[in-house]
Amino acid sequence: MNDPAHPVVERVPAGEGHAHAVGVRQPLIDGVEKVTGRARYTADLGAPGALVGVILRSPVAHGEIHEIDVEAARALPGVRAVITGDDCDVAYGVIPVAQNEFPLACGRVRYRGEPIAAVAADDEATARAALELIHLDIEPLPAYFDAASARAAGATPLHPNKAGNIEREVDHTFGDVEGGFAAADLVREETFRYAEVTHAMMEPNAALAEYDPERGRLTLHSVTQVPYYVHLALARCLRMDESKIRVVKPFVGGGFGHRTETLNFEIVAALLARAAGAAVKVELSREETFLTHRGRPETEIRLKLGLTKSGEITAADCEVVQRGGGYAGYGLVTILYAGALLHALYRLPACRYHGLRVYSNTPPNGAMRGHGSVDVRHAFESTLDRMAAELGLDPFAVRRANLLRVPHRTINDLQVNSYGLGECLDVVERASGWCERRGRLPPGRGLGMACSHYVSGSAKPVHWTGEPHAVVNLKLDFDGGITILTGAADIGQGSSTLLAQTVAEVLALPLHWITVVANDSVVTPKDNGSYSSRVSFMVGNAALGAARELRRVLVGAAARKLEVAVADVDCHGETYGVAGTDRALGYKDVVAAALEDAGTLTVKGVWSTPPETHGGRFKGGAVGSTAGFSYAAQVVEVDVDEDTGMVRVVRVWVAHDCGRAINPLAVEGQIQGSVWMGMGQALSEETQYHEGLPLRANLLDYRVPTIVESPPIDTFIVEAPDPNGPFGAKEAGEGSLSGFLPALTNAIADATGLRLTELPASPDRLLDALTARRRAERVRRATRA
Amino acid sequence: MKRIVALTVNEHAREDAVADSLLLLDYLREQAELTGTKRGCDGGECGACTVLVDGEPVLACLTLVARCEGKRIETIEGLASNGRLSALQAAFHERLGTQCGFCTPGMIMAAEALLRQHPAPTEAEIRAALAGNLCRCTGYVKIIESVQAAAGIAT
Repeated sequence: MNDPAHPVVERVPAGEGHAHAVGVRQPLIDGVEKVTGRARYTADLGAPGALVGVILRSPVAHGEIHEIDVEAARALPGVRAVITGDDCDVAYGVIPVAQNEFPLACGRVRYRGEPIAAVAADDEATARAALELIHLDIEPLPAYFDAASARAAGATPLHPNKAGNIEREVDHTFGDVEGGFAAADLVREETFRYAEVTHAMMEPNAALAEYDPERGRLTLHSVTQVPYYVHLALARCLRMDESKIRVVKPFVGGGFGHRTETLNFEIVAALLARAAGAAVKVELSREETFLTHRGRPETEIRLKLGLTKSGEITAADCEVVQRGGGYAGYGLVTILYAGALLHALYRLPACRYHGLRVYSNTPPNGAMRGHGSVDVRHAFESTLDRMAAELGLDPFAVRRANLLRVPHRTINDLQVNSYGLGECLDVVERASGWCERRGRLPPGRGLGMACSHYVSGSAKPVHWTGEPHAVVNLKLDFDGGITILTGAADIGQGSSTLLAQTVAEVLALPLHWITVVANDSVVTPKDNGSYSSRVSFMVGNAALGAARELRRVLVGAAARKLEVAVADVDCHGETYGVAGTDRALGYKDVVAAALEDAGTLTVKGVWSTPPETHGGRFKGGAVGSTAGFSYAAQVVEVDVDEDTGMVRVVRVWVAHDCGRAINPLAVEGQIQGSVWMGMGQALSEETQYHEGLPLRANLLDYRVPTIVESPPIDTFIVEAPDPNGPFGAKEAGEGSLSGFLPALTNAIADATGLRLTELPASPDRLLDALTARRRAERVRRATRA
Repeated sequence: MKRIVALTVNEHAREDAVADSLLLLDYLREQAELTGTKRGCDGGECGACTVLVDGEPVLACLTLVARCEGKRIETIEGLASNGRLSALQAAFHERLGTQCGFCTPGMIMAAEALLRQHPAPTEAEIRAALAGNLCRCTGYVKIIESVQAAAGIAT
């Protein structure tokens, strides 16, 4: 699959008898802690004497705060601190140019459930009693719960500088769009609607903040995916020097994007700790965790595609409107991603994109697995499928008619250097029995397919500092143990394990020599965190660099000790030999030789994205840019009950091109989790509000699929090594998600002839569509008669 | 109102003064300092707090300690013996039945109850036994494989 011009994939030669660490199905290095209950998550941390922090939330969706009277709450015995927006008037937000959120509302509330005040008390009962004593005077303002009413003429702006409540408008045209449609044999246009979905990671939000007034130092333990961004936001909002803050990430129970920006409760915990001069633990309820939200926005899409008779795409025209919630968060990135990732999956000679991100009086949206790409991918693959049927083309054939040849530069300046999509198609076509079975299934059964892709990290991070994207330090000490020091946030995806495998591979050592220490800002190097699927690619490359440096040092030491040239030393991991002889040194002797002059060693590796991957030189051109795209194809088989509208997913076949599977076990887990999360969005998950009041802020009404309705997922790893990836590796944790949604609705179309344009495909929606079709048929028959 | 409750937790006899309203979950996490049992929701939604009471899987977040007088409580911390993983723990570790790990203690305890009653469960029985335990990472594929592996069922 890879272009012959880019064949260079680093494969470190291993010593004789040494089992490779890369490519091994490696159980997680922190797995024993997880299966024994020893893993400590934030809420599990012992904090003797810690106060309990609780948050008062807005009862109105949009309003002007006239007064917050906290005197009675402060006077309650056992209350140690009460804070409001007056205690922090510094706006924060993950995008430096779009910071408009406060840890506690300042002057205005913009969604029901927005934090307004907070209390730290000796125990939870006292803290909750104090909340009851806070008197609020809030004057309601007109509130908007969908994008259309927020954009309507005369609507009250949520934010002073945003007329029409437009947070961001994107207009991007590449190539000759009208010419493309003119050249097409078939042009179709369709509109789609997607419900808002949310992460629902299993661990509720929690933070433990400890403030030492004597030293003016703050320590925060939190559930974050981005400890460094939390560090920056704490320094900003508390007006503290970064050096006086320590941020630690303990075990984290999933994230899926919820925790890729600093969240209000983290800053509130820190503010309370400083106000009380103590340690404060804040544990949010599941309902409050839902209210913190940051999920995928409610979205409307209009998509027009042009195809030739043989299925080649000639042009696309796409409009996306996202209801973004009350604050900016990652919003402008989401609306840019939706346009940028129309590209780089197939050859696309012309494309117009119009995106609108709209403020609304609902909890803020943000990044969620497959950030920005998921709903547009459904619209694209659904339309492609429908048009293929009209042209009499097989769904696989229409995809194959549009494959890229790498290296490829898209018309919006994204760089594709590796591309395993063709092989992914071949694999799932064969595995699913597509050719033999499609069209021959019993009534109610259907097969559908779709493709998808994702970035392996954003080539330009949201906080552009000019520093390398990733730094990894390795410490080697007298005992021969190697400690990997990394800021990469393992949130369950297995990044710590992957880094250990990478270092073990280069040094040809068994894993037991290696320990990973991650995410303590006083110990580990800064890292941007776990988002946009950046860690395997970027931090993996930094670990590779560090390991090579350590290997160079060890080989040099062995050469000195053995009195031979460096080139004559063979590193076999636990022994270092002289080529062509039986002379050798044990690993511990080599370590002793290396430490003889220098003492304990620390080496580092850094990595930055190549400039040609930084995207186009136009406004928003950095979003979607990456050093390596992953690719995936999947087939979904469904069983539709036309009497109830119930859809059962019978089986899924998915192939994902992750470049090189450093840990195939974890890659499979990531692919399965992605497909399954796509299934949740496609079938049952949606938030719902009544006048801004969340109606499904629990795990029963927000319908995450249970084990009962979750299908077998046949998972295939395709390896089209990327010239920039560590050992050729690319991302595995997001790219398979978006393909599930269209594969499902394409399968429903195969089973029933109905093309759903609104998700989730819940029984009520499907039943409505089936009923509408029956009624239309009756009307048609009656009219004919 | 407080009362004295005598029970065993992971085969250790305990006697504690507990409030009538104290949930087993809070008792285990705060009084017994066994934080392996997780709180994932606001009550009965997710299964993360599943423990065994006299061998039966129950949600610790919906169980009052006051009702556990004389009962035998088992948590995830009690499964390993002399620090060695139980068959289920080993299988969840080796087969990646755990990713973030937050649902894992409850998932393993629910599976433990199943395997004690049905040492060789069918896939449908595994699904039924774990129906109340949500996982957001794995898509359940490797959880089912882990339970099958622990039961010695070839996958």
